[in-house]
Amino acid sequence: MAEEKKVGTYICKGCGIGDRVNTAGMATIATRECKSQVTKEHDFLCSAEGVKMIQDDIDNDGVNHIAIVACSRRAKTEAFSFENVAISRGNVREGVIWVRPDTDEASETTQEMAEDYTRMAVHEVSVMTPPTPSGQSEGRKNLLIVGGGISGMTAAIEAARAGYEATIVEKTGALGGSAANLYRRVPESSPFKDPEDSGVAALIAAVDADSKITVHLNSTVTKTSGAPGRFSADITTESGATATENFGAIIQTSGFTEYDANQLPHLGYGKGKNVVTQMELEALAAAADGGVIKTADGKDINSVVFIQCAGQRSDEEGHLPYCSGHCCTTSIKQAMYFKDQNPAIDTTVMFTDLRTPGAGGEDFYRSGQDKGINFTKGVASEVTDNGNGCTVKFRDMILDEDTSTDADLVVLATGMVANAGVDIDVVGQDDPGKWEVSVDSILNLDYRQGKDMPQLRHGFNDSHFICFPYETRRTGIYTAGPTRRPMDIGQAIEDATGAALKAIQAAENAELGRAAHPRSGDLSYPSFRKEGCTQCKRCTVECPFGAIDEDEERYPQFNEGRCRRCGTCMGACPVRVISFDNYSIDTVGNQIKNVDIPEEFDEKPRILVLACENDAYPALDMAAMNGVEYSAFARIIPIRCLGSTNLIWVTDALNSGYDGIILMGCQKGENYQCHFVKGSEIAQDRMSKVDDTLQSLSLEPERVETYEIAITDIERAPQLINDMAATIEKIGMSPFKF
Amino acid sequence: MSDMNTAMVEKYRNSFLSEVEANVEEGEWVKMCMQCGVCSGSCPFGPYWDHPPQELFMMIRAGKREAVLSSESMWMCTSCYNCIARCPRGLPITHIMHGLAHYAKRLGLAPKNQQTMKFASIFWDNLTKKGRVNELQLGLKLYFMNGFVEGIKTALCMKEMGMSMLMTKRMSPMEYFGGHSIKDTKGLHAILKKAREIEEAKAKQF
Ligand code: SF4
Ligand code: SF4
Ligand code: SF4
Repeated sequence: MAEEKKVGTYICKGCGIGDRVNTAGMATIATRECKSQVTKEHDFLCSAEGVKMIQDDIDNDGVNHIAIVACSRRAKTEAFSFENVAISRGNVREGVIWVRPDTDEASETTQEMAEDYTRMAVHEVSVMTPPTPSGQSEGRKNLLIVGGGISGMTAAIEAARAGYEATIVEKTGALGGSAANLYRRVPESSPFKDPEDSGVAALIAAVDADSKITVHLNSTVTKTSGAPGRFSADITTESGATATENFGAIIQTSGFTEYDANQLPHLGYGKGKNVVTQMELEALAAAADGGVIKTADGKDINSVVFIQCAGQRSDEEGHLPYCSGHCCTTSIKQAMYFKDQNPAIDTTVMFTDLRTPGAGGEDFYRSGQDKGINFTKGVASEVTDNGNGCTVKFRDMILDEDTSTDADLVVLATGMVANAGVDIDVVGQDDPGKWEVSVDSILNLDYRQGKDMPQLRHGFNDSHFICFPYETRRTGIYTAGPTRRPMDIGQAIEDATGAALKAIQAAENAELGRAAHPRSGDLSYPSFRKEGCTQCKRCTVECPFGAIDEDEERYPQFNEGRCRRCGTCMGACPVRVISFDNYSIDTVGNQIKNVDIPEEFDEKPRILVLACENDAYPALDMAAMNGVEYSAFARIIPIRCLGSTNLIWVTDALNSGYDGIILMGCQKGENYQCHFVKGSEIAQDRMSKVDDTLQSLSLEPERVETYEIAITDIERAPQLINDMAATIEKIGMSPFKF
Repeated sequence: MSDMNTAMVEKYRNSFLSEVEANVEEGEWVKMCMQCGVCSGSCPFGPYWDHPPQELFMMIRAGKREAVLSSESMWMCTSCYNCIARCPRGLPITHIMHGLAHYAKRLGLAPKNQQTMKFASIFWDNLTKKGRVNELQLGLKLYFMNGFVEGIKTALCMKEMGMSMLMTKRMSPMEYFGGHSIKDTKGLHAILKKAREIEEAKAKQF
């Protein structure tokens, strides 16, 4: 940066801060100790007048590094957003006066807290640089949509309506996907009584008529590379001709495959023509087209039994452990195919828990009952051929007895298996870019971490289903429809609409160099000092978003558009060469090192709390708002994600005399709440090595604790700090105070 | 009446549900039950029934004709209307219970000696005789419904209440010999006779 660094410290006296702590003392520390060139106190810093005071210093006095010592960084963000400068926040409201009692006794330690947060803010901002976009994006905004079923077509139409171009790549020779094989769909409009037209033909017509939408049939994506705003995709036709096109964002709508009913021989599948799956029944119904439905070998059907959850919601080997969500209403719809044509046909839906999701689900169920469909709560154990048709043996769950019934046709509700591509956790990815192109891969990503979207469980593509269901682990690539989770047509349409908007947002953000969720708008991005890099590849492996590739010399290659700014790479790097303009080993390390550590016999321990800014830090802020008190010995530093915690911070803190360290991240595992999906998990693995450090320093293991904190842990988070204070009282002060 | 039973079996061989729909009061509702069990859980007598309402509905759908019609269950209903108030599907359960009981009696399948049924007959006979319920006669009939010894025991038990009612003129011993009637008893009997004829003509069609 050409300009010279000039640090300004602004201390607020409002919100009772001035009454509770000596701000003049804090100002002296900022100037004398921390070398802040401009230091000012203000009665009401977030007021127009206070903000103007700062802006004037920026404009006229060349101040470009600003430490605001006032409220939490989560408060007054709009007032304190200054352009083209580096900003840090010292939290003396939520972090100090609101969590400490207003007593004479407490005033000394309260003042010490406020002084430390001043030191931390000034030292943090001193090592920051105002972030600027990298300019990597090519500013493309058109969407690539992989899969031309209902989800894909909906996404394309929605994007086109919003003014963005879309290209659909469809593997088969026609648009429509699985829904094209349906005779009718479950109704989406009131009065929800009868099956409706699937709407596929109308969607195809709308796609064909839209000049903003391009369709490639009989084509697959054989290579995808780049990042949001500059994706490049090879689209290869059946004949092998390949064209490379560029896109701003991608939506994967690869749909599902019906579960293989051959795995259900006990239910009579594969032995004759009287046992079919739901999809096979659709074909029979479509062939009849409103007339008499016959079995595939042309026999009359006078009775039908629908067996729900066939090979689903089952622990048995090879079965699906989950519920596919649509099959109950689908069976009701299919029973109506028979009843509407001839009410004398016996139709029985055999269920254990009937689920009819969606606004009209319950009405549709009633309509089915009204049409005379019989609903039996029972579990089918065996379907056998009785010469004339089938005998279904089942346990009647209401009458609590084993019984059986005869049927001319049995329909199995077998459920959805995601077309989620290659499971990259199973297929090794050690030789980036050199993998054989597998027929199974959908996107063929040229990413270091693997060629398809990561999966979460049961083979469905991962998305942050607890808080941000659209967010996948590949920035700018969204999954929608049954590849993300089992869903029906209505849900898939909504899902695809949302995904289209998210994709547009990703492309727009990329053009401005701004991060996507959850640090939306962040202009900083990780860069690394090549000379120091040992090519250990830890950053490329650990990045939860697969943002880092490798260049020809096998150095990490950061793709800014794919990066979510979590800092996991920075935490992973053993030689600490990765940093952001406004977040680095030094911005946090400087805060840790500049806390005043009293001598051992002062009996004033220091507890370092590294708190995730997404959940733990807000929880502590809210605790403060609720007047929950915690130890005056705590010094809390917000971090982007627990994943960004570098072991050096812990080692430095222990060496400089902190008595306890608490790391607060989000829940990990299958039900993760980590905003960066894997960050918290990775950090906790990393922290298992802290024990070695503690041992080498002959320190007690209780001095470092890692916790999973939810944003609702308003009581628990402060309690954990107090617990640590109690532990220190028990085991004694750290001997490392120099 | 067992002729009617044979006729019904013949007619609805395949579907007891259709039989119920056609012949039992509010029977067309049975198919709308979604087996949630709220009725059985709400019925103050639920735990004492062989088959609480939800189960009866399932049995009807499963074609268990014999078991349903000869069951004591629907006779247990006290018309408290708890189930109707709570059924999320709006089934008139109480009415269906009485409908089933009535249908079972008509077919001659109701359990012999069914207490509720016996009392209902006594009540009906008492009421139709003069067009008004004769409380004294009804009470005594009820006491002696199950024999002389039990009748005496019950009467002794209720002695005090009876005496107080006499003293306060809430009951007159003279009622035992005749009692009052409505103005036009003949007319009432004619109406009832006609109604019975219509019913029987209906039943003959089967
Ligand atoms: S680990 Fe996080 S900060 Fe680093 S490149 Fe990946 S997404 Fe970006
Ligand atoms: S009305 Fe009859 S069936 Fe319904 S809850 Fe009362 S007693 Fe039970
Ligand atoms: S409450 Fe209604 S729907 Fe539920 S079991 Fe009883 S009758 Fe059926």
